[in-house]
Amino acid sequence: MLSYAIRRFLGAIPTLLVIITLAFFMMRVAPGGPFDGERRLPPEIEANIMAAYDLDKPLYQQYFLYLGRLAQFDLGPSFRTRDFTVTEMIAAGLPVSLRLGLSAIVVALFFGILLGIFAALRQNKAADYSVMTIAMIGITIPTFVTAPLLTLMFGVYGVSLFGLNLSLPVGGWNDGALRNMILPVTVLALPQIAVVARLVRGSMVEVLRSNYVRTARAKGLSSYRVVTRHALRAGLLPLVSYLGPAIAGLATGSLIVEQIFGLPGIGRYFVQGALNRDYTLVLGVVIFYAALIIVLNLIADILYRVLDPRVRYE
Amino acid sequence: MAPILPGDRADMMRVATSVKGRSLWQDARRRLFRNKAAVAGMVVLGLITLMAIFAPLLSPYAYDEINYALVQCAPSWWPGTNVLCRADGAHWFGMDSVGRDLFVRTLYGARVSLAVGLVATCVSLMIGVLYGAAAGYLGGRIDNILMRFVDVLYSLPFIFFVIILMVMFERNFILLFVAIGAVEWLTMARIVRGQTLSVKQKEFIEAARAGGVGTWGIIKRHIVPNVVGPVIVYVTLTIPAVILAESFLSFLGLGIREPLTSWGVLISEGANSLETAPWMLIFPAGFMAITLFCFNFIGDGLRDALDPKDR
Repeated sequence: MLSYAIRRFLGAIPTLLVIITLAFFMMRVAPGGPFDGERRLPPEIEANIMAAYDLDKPLYQQYFLYLGRLAQFDLGPSFRTRDFTVTEMIAAGLPVSLRLGLSAIVVALFFGILLGIFAALRQNKAADYSVMTIAMIGITIPTFVTAPLLTLMFGVYGVSLFGLNLSLPVGGWNDGALRNMILPVTVLALPQIAVVARLVRGSMVEVLRSNYVRTARAKGLSSYRVVTRHALRAGLLPLVSYLGPAIAGLATGSLIVEQIFGLPGIGRYFVQGALNRDYTLVLGVVIFYAALIIVLNLIADILYRVLDPRVRYE
Repeated sequence: MAPILPGDRADMMRVATSVKGRSLWQDARRRLFRNKAAVAGMVVLGLITLMAIFAPLLSPYAYDEINYALVQCAPSWWPGTNVLCRADGAHWFGMDSVGRDLFVRTLYGARVSLAVGLVATCVSLMIGVLYGAAAGYLGGRIDNILMRFVDVLYSLPFIFFVIILMVMFERNFILLFVAIGAVEWLTMARIVRGQTLSVKQKEFIEAARAGGVGTWGIIKRHIVPNVVGPVIVYVTLTIPAVILAESFLSFLGLGIREPLTSWGVLISEGANSLETAPWMLIFPAGFMAITLFCFNFIGDGLRDALDPKDR
């Protein structure tokens, strides 16, 4: 087990290196530098700036310098936002993005599992079909459509239900107040709920047909106990391996959600960096997200092996 | 049973030829056309495609024609719209923020989105099929190295790389196609490789090799046609993914440039003027959602049709 974990961990290092290298050189191959402004700088000043950012050195030296600093978790200075390093900007955005992402995951798992079990227990009945149709809608309609639509419903028109005013703030972070979180988290969670529900339904249908569940039923356990004690354990296993892709999906989704709802997370820094050609910021965020996804994939794989005794380690 | 006479044999031959055998493909087609959702998807998608192709003929307005008098005018049938907007009855979907007809712009958006979907999928198809077939057929160490490379690429957050590409290379239209296509070939390569591995063991491959057909010839003539089923299914699922990726980029302001447009651009503009002109969001978003649904239905239908054991 431990040797498997170590082997996987060592295997992740070249992957990360490939990402860093690819991102770094892609950035440098592009025409134009970060300081090509409207106004040409005097050559001496330009030379000074280039020297300050090590841009006057040969490319391979810059690459190794960057790697060296990266090893100390230093992503370099932001080219556009003066007096801020990329590390500082990521650190500033991380709590917001993390809270958003984690809430979305929790919400998605809760509702997704519930809907999935519900559909599996009523396989091929009307309830099953309607849940799966809704899931299909959730998967098909992209975040950048649901976000404005929900904004329209709850923010602009202020839907009221049973005389209850359901209007919600449509933007701003407000120090993470619950009211401000509801819409972004919902938007982020919707497609994940759909995927989780589909996954859980599929595996639960299999499990509910298996012999040991039949045995549990035969010895007279209540349906509730059969599902929660016996079927669920095996039925939720595929969710573990879904963890990695889910995080990647949330990272992409957060780009849109943070942009639309004006939340100060990493995603928004990334988009702004991309639009302002802030090379170091873009590079830093890509590397950060890539490392995050790789590590989480790794954890998911190891967890899966721990939880599922059927998978053997070669 | 009576002994078979020479004349009878001719009769039997005639009977045998008059009973038509059904090929695998005919079977698949029959199953596909029995699937109502898939057929509905194909019909609606066909309609949208035709509308996109004949967009200039369907509207009296050009996609970049600006009418400042009618900025953000509601569709003429919209309840409570003002007199000025109602007078000009031909703007079925209303006007956008600079006074362009939204109907024709939605159709032009369809053109770009569908074109991106097709071209990028073709790019991913070519790379993925060749790569996967080569890895699966050559096997051994080469397979190991090739698929290891795919594994590495798999763990990249690729949409970020496309964004970097778009930022660095000044939003080039062709590059958009290639970049998105280059992102989507990985799964294709995996599917093709798996399929190739199983086809490779079959006798007809051995026969071809015994007959002196070269490696490349076998891949091209025998392997690729035999993995076509799962690939078709995956293609119909790749097209919507590509359309989404393009819209995603356009929504962030990194995709198509004005005055050309795509659904992503239109949705982004619509989201910005949500309060004053909700039709600017509703129509492009509706078109895109319907298109994505169609592709998903067709993909599911094809999967059921081509892979009966999965039912």
